[in-house]
Amino acid sequence: MTTRWFGERVQRAEDDRLLRGKGRFTDDIDDGALESVLVRSPYAHARIRSIEVGAARMLPGVFAVYTAKDLPFGETDLPILIPHPNLTHGRTQRCLASEVVRYAGEAVAFVVAESRAIAEDAAELVDVDYEPLPVVITPEAAARADHLVHDDVPGNVAAEMVQEKGNVAAALESAPRRKRFHFRYERGAASPMEARAVWARWSDDERKLTVYDSTQSPTSIRGGLAVLFGLPESQVEVIAPDVGGGFGPKIMLFYPDELLVPYAAVHLGRPVKWTEDRQEHFTAVNQERGQVHEVEVGYDDEGHVLALDDDFIHDGGAYTPYGIILPIITAGQVPGPYRVPNYRVRFRDMYTNATPTSPYRGAGRPHACFVMERTLDAIAADIGIDRAEVRRRNLIQPDEFPYDVGVGWQDGNTVVYDSGNYPKLLETALEKLGPRPAGENIGMGLGMYVEGTGVGPYEGAHVQVLVSGKVVAATGIPSQGQAHATVWAQVVADELGVDVRDVEVTGGDTRRFPWGVGTFASRGAVTAGNAMHVAARMVADKAKKIAADHLEADPADLELAGGAVRVKGSPQRGIPLAAVAVLSNPVRYAFGGGTEAATQFTPRARPGPPLADGEEPGLEATGYFSPAGSAWASGCHAAWLRIDPKTYRLEILKYVVVHDCGKVINPMVVEGQIEGGVAQGIGGAFYERLAYDSDGQLRNASFMEFLMPYSTEIPQIEIEHIETPSPLNPLGVKGVGEAGVIPVGAVIASGIEDALGIPITEMPLSPLKLYELSTSASTSTSTR
Amino acid sequence: MRINGFDHYPPQDARRLLSDYLRHDVGLTGTHVGCEHGVCGCCTILLNGAPVRSCLMLAVQAEGHEVTTIEGLAPDGEPLHAVQQAFHECHGLQCGFCTPGFVMSVVGLLAQHPHPTDEEIDEGIAGNLCRCTGYASIRRAVRRAAELSR
Repeated sequence: MTTRWFGERVQRAEDDRLLRGKGRFTDDIDDGALESVLVRSPYAHARIRSIEVGAARMLPGVFAVYTAKDLPFGETDLPILIPHPNLTHGRTQRCLASEVVRYAGEAVAFVVAESRAIAEDAAELVDVDYEPLPVVITPEAAARADHLVHDDVPGNVAAEMVQEKGNVAAALESAPRRKRFHFRYERGAASPMEARAVWARWSDDERKLTVYDSTQSPTSIRGGLAVLFGLPESQVEVIAPDVGGGFGPKIMLFYPDELLVPYAAVHLGRPVKWTEDRQEHFTAVNQERGQVHEVEVGYDDEGHVLALDDDFIHDGGAYTPYGIILPIITAGQVPGPYRVPNYRVRFRDMYTNATPTSPYRGAGRPHACFVMERTLDAIAADIGIDRAEVRRRNLIQPDEFPYDVGVGWQDGNTVVYDSGNYPKLLETALEKLGPRPAGENIGMGLGMYVEGTGVGPYEGAHVQVLVSGKVVAATGIPSQGQAHATVWAQVVADELGVDVRDVEVTGGDTRRFPWGVGTFASRGAVTAGNAMHVAARMVADKAKKIAADHLEADPADLELAGGAVRVKGSPQRGIPLAAVAVLSNPVRYAFGGGTEAATQFTPRARPGPPLADGEEPGLEATGYFSPAGSAWASGCHAAWLRIDPKTYRLEILKYVVVHDCGKVINPMVVEGQIEGGVAQGIGGAFYERLAYDSDGQLRNASFMEFLMPYSTEIPQIEIEHIETPSPLNPLGVKGVGEAGVIPVGAVIASGIEDALGIPITEMPLSPLKLYELSTSASTSTSTR
Repeated sequence: MRINGFDHYPPQDARRLLSDYLRHDVGLTGTHVGCEHGVCGCCTILLNGAPVRSCLMLAVQAEGHEVTTIEGLAPDGEPLHAVQQAFHECHGLQCGFCTPGFVMSVVGLLAQHPHPTDEEIDEGIAGNLCRCTGYASIRRAVRRAAELSR
């Protein structure tokens, strides 16, 4: 009997160093690096009349002050990462602005000095003369287009896209009942505990650039730096060491510092580092979630949705480096787990004078989910049925997969759900939630979601058995806390029949694995996880082939178990994996570690050249996995919550999550992802709000005023796993990184509406917002 | 200044924050800096056994006091401290950036309340932000640490 690690609560391999304070985060790396500071625009929209850097350059201890004209790439627009034909007016910023700044926090100059304190002092001496311009801060204002963010973008519209399945106009016309809604979701901020940081060194001797970057995509950063600096990729190495949370925004590229720090390191011939402070993180790092939806739904007297028309604007921010992926995801995910036979969605991606947007955990989905779930609650109220019942009547059934939603998806395919059991999610959640608790002002929150996870194009993995019998494995994608080193080890250990503790995993280091894309979109387990599986299986096959020669057995009769390759049914006939690793590499010179067994005068199992045609030395393999389409995870959240009638404080009495991420590699890790996601969702729904004023200034750019929840605000979460394996990958897994956060806004809104009896159509909420909504609701009732 | 039982040269710069002194002058990078305005708790250390935020102190203010950082709880090669062990067993950390601060806060909490109630646990860790775990596993870890410390 062999141990199977897949599915076990294996404790984490990465914990020991992190718990001892021996983690290695980018700012922990020093090596005599010069330190740097970015000078950022205090204006949300302004013309730059002049930039004076003379005084800053004169300050003792300053090594360089760069503006756009000092950079060979100063006139180059940064790349549009994901071009799309509908992105007719894509605009990206330059590394350093020299003519116009379009959001408060946009970088204007870069100071390098012998210490951070001197760099900060010098940054104060950089004198930028700004001519303020009118500011467009909300997506509604952008749509009104009284002012333009970019002179050459009419109407502030970066992109427009219309998709339709069926005939919405006709279906609405003939629908027995119709309703219209206006839903508004504000921007939020991911706020990982580690802000961003970059460290770079240029070695003139080796002509090699080494960059440590708290990025979610070191492989892409490497590709971009190689292009920009005209270096072969082999001369650029990018490492994402321990990264203190990502949640999306750390995959933008390039942030200006990601070019400036390496450039300065090359230019000055000294290591250079830059570490963001919390205040600048609030405005310099991408945000997301601002959307305004105008919705019309048609339905019958039983509550069956017949048609849905959603016309929304997306707050894209000042530039569109990430293309239009966010509104595309929203458009694809509005229907959720429900049958919507006629669906029309139009969006416009609007420029505003605010920080650019790119995916933040959930990426277009929390707002999509909010639209559909709020709509269903309203239908239930209208026809007088239970909110669970309206969902029950509209859910896609288990025998309807694959289910084609009929609109486009972020990977270029259409949205096709591969598998799931949505009714089971709902019924299990209701059962776990239990009866309404006694008391006043209590409401039930309910929300369901689907999530297209594991988008391509691909990831790869390298797996090698060392002559010690230990296994090393590497993939291109880094971890920001998702326990990759543990779960990939589980996958590899199963294929190689070794103890999970004997597998050491490296991620996000292009020296170890240079290919791949990144950690985002709940894709790690699907893409890199399956690549690990593929590579480990290739190694296992190779081990069997070598062992078969040695044991004079048929490879098909062999198995890998207990750290050996052995004959099935007679485990005493076998050879340790370590010995197979030795035999895999015929040597002339025994270098220890048992390698004398592979030298030329040791009897060999078969005649011919030591390496037969087509054979490669080493018990290692590189494998890839490229998904045909997204693996669709799903879930249902249900909660009992109470609102204090005087203070409008939110108290979550019970919170239940029933989710389906296909086969679960490690339940402990998955539960951690969900608990963290729900907490982030609660923060975004009720506590955190980015308070931009009409001048485009973020008025609460600190943790004192941007209220991220502490333990005191977050309840225990009850979780149940339901597994419908994805047919689209060998492991049957679906992603789960973002799942926890997606329906939380909808659930909190649903619960508060139930508790207070006032319609909730916007996010985020707060005690003050509830007070205002309650007051205006009672005023309008009394004056009616 | 005495740090983790060893004497160190005092800070050269009177303006140096204790957090920066520990990280960049002494090389104890386990103490993390998440906000530099005393809210996130990542930089929590023990000063004479009590948790304090090292980003809100000047290094010179710590002279003559006993400083304990995360590196001082379990020397290299030694088993983890009970609080560290409990965080490991309960999956009380993900990215690990806030973790040293939480661990130090919990060491301080358990010194004051060896058998903390649920309220005392919430109160004891309510000065530390975590963006990954949602706190449920950290609360479990505190209860487990109390068990292990018995």
